[in-house]
Order: sequence, then structure tokens, then C-alpha cells
Amino acid sequence: MEIKNDDGFRKPLGYLQGEKPLIDEVAEETDRRLKLLGADPATIGEVKQVVRIAPLEKLLNWGRSNSLWPFGFGLACCAIEGLMAVNMARFDLSRFGYEVMRPSPRQADVLLVCGTVSKKIAPTVVRLYEQMADPKYVIAMGSCAISGGPFVDSYHVVPGIDKLIPVDVYLPGCPSRPEAVIHAFLQLKQKIKHAEVGKK
Amino acid sequence: MGNQNNDLLAKIKAKHPQVEITENGHIHVPVNHLVDFMRDLKDNFGFNYLTNLTATDYKDYMTVVYNPCIAERAEMLHVIVKIDRDNPQVPSMVPIWGGANWQEREVYDLLGINFIGHPDLRRILLAPDWEGHPLRKDYEWETYREE
Repeated sequence: MEIKNDDGFRKPLGYLQGEKPLIDEVAEETDRRLKLLGADPATIGEVKQVVRIAPLEKLLNWGRSNSLWPFGFGLACCAIEGLMAVNMARFDLSRFGYEVMRPSPRQADVLLVCGTVSKKIAPTVVRLYEQMADPKYVIAMGSCAISGGPFVDSYHVVPGIDKLIPVDVYLPGCPSRPEAVIHAFLQLKQKIKHAEVGKK
Repeated sequence: MGNQNNDLLAKIKAKHPQVEITENGHIHVPVNHLVDFMRDLKDNFGFNYLTNLTATDYKDYMTVVYNPCIAERAEMLHVIVKIDRDNPQVPSMVPIWGGANWQEREVYDLLGINFIGHPDLRRILLAPDWEGHPLRKDYEWETYREE
């Protein structure tokens, strides 16, 4: 099933998740504010052709959520799915705008931790997270990163990176499917767009 | 290993009467004869590549295991050295096969065996300030499993 706009173009993917496009939200917000000022409908229609009003935070979050630059942190087999397969033609993360893998934390928005974190690499994970510029997000990919996985009883494995740094999205799997990685990014997108949900 | 090596093993046994060769082709060498034996394997038998070096903890004693081979051929030997568990020491193989360097560091790291004559014997996998040797049978650690 394909949902069409009035002008016949395919609607963006967000529609399938019950999401309102920003352009509609902004139009409604403009309507609401002009009505509060007591403007008559003719004036509202004229003003809306020139000016749209929206909270700045909303615009920024909209921009951030649509072009996350991931910092790929491959530590084990999850890197093959999360950093390689998901970027290639079959799954193609760039359809969603998240394909710009950065080799440096200073240029990245989201830290994608793929794999087992041992106690020796743990200080490095924390340090790289601290080097990222705000706002920054973390996806813990795979059983090992979220809880230590099959190695939780080991002498040298950190039982989940949430013991080290705050995690935004937990992505289970051993390793997770590339579709699941895409889903994690889309969940993170929702979380960024609706910041009020994340705070609860 | 096994049958195709029988001629070779017989030659080795004739030249080195100190070693013991088991039915399945394992060569047990006394520690004090190890360096001469390995040097001879490399210089006169052509074993130019040490594919593997590892060790095992048997609670009463430890063994160090070497797998030298001839890179151009399929022959590989299984050389075992039995050592004292309380004072584990073996001569280093780095002067003979340079590739033993990191493998001996790994064995030192995980089992605490001292390789006498190693140029740079320090931990390789665990953090430098780690205490204990985790692959020893009596090693104890706390688990972080959450019930």
C-alpha cells in the first residue's frame, strides 16, 4: 500500500509511523498563533504565504534527527552488520541520511558501539564519548554492548556500556540484523524529534 | 601429524635419545634439553616456522606446547614440555623463532609462565596493572551478572 499526497507524490516514510511532517506542524502552529492575536481568516491566509512560525528548538531537532553522523565504534562481529552491511547497497542506510560514518568523535553526533567492551578498551570508550560535541547520542548495538552478552561472567568484559556512558537506544541481537540497525536509527530519530518523550 | 611423520620422528628419536615420543606422535622434551632440541629442529631438520605456542594448567604441573612446522610442507610437530607449577620457567624461543615473541607474551599474560631470555616480557592482552593470571585453574574473579 502506498500513501499518496494530494499532488500525487509518495509521502515520506514517517507517515507510516503515524508521524506528522514538520511542514504541517509548522502551518498549524502559525495558524494557532495568528488566531491568538485575533487576526481574521483572510489575513491569516495572506500572512501564511509569507511567514511560518515554529519554535527554534523544534527546527533544530528536525535538522538533527534527519542527518545524524554516526561514529562507528567496531569492537567485535557486530561491526560487520552495523557498520558494513547496513551501509552497502542491499540495506543502504543512506536512504535515511545516516550514512556519513565519521572516523573522529569530534565530527560525530551518535556513537554506535558495536561489540564486546572489555575492561581494557573501556576507558577509551568513555574518552571518545567525552570528546564528542553536544548534542550527542549513543546506540548500544548487540547483546554484548547492552549487557555483556554471553561473556557477562567473564573476568575482563564490561557488563553493558550503560555502566560507562548514558545510552539512548538499546539494540538487541547477536549480532543485530541490518534492518534492526536501521530501526534503531529511526527510533533515535523519533526520540530526538520528541525530546519531551526522552526526558520522561 | 601421525603416520606421515613416522620416519621423521624415528630420525629425531635416534638423534635425541632424551626425548620421549608417544603413540600419537607427541614429543615430550625435558626442560633442560629444550633449547638444544629446538635449535636442532630449525637448523638441521628445516622447521623454519613456529605456528603455535601455548600452555596448559593441569593443577599439579603445567605444560608448554610448541607446534613448529616446515612452511613449504605439511609436516608439523607437537612438542610438549612439562614444567613445575609453583615456579614456571622455560627458556624463550625468541632467539630461534622471532615469531614466538607475542605468543610467549600471551602465555605469560594468561598463565604466568616466565620465559627466560625473552626480550620484552610484559602483558599483551590484559591491562598493564592487572593482577593474577586468568587462565590458571585456581584464578578467582567476581561476576557482574545481574539476576
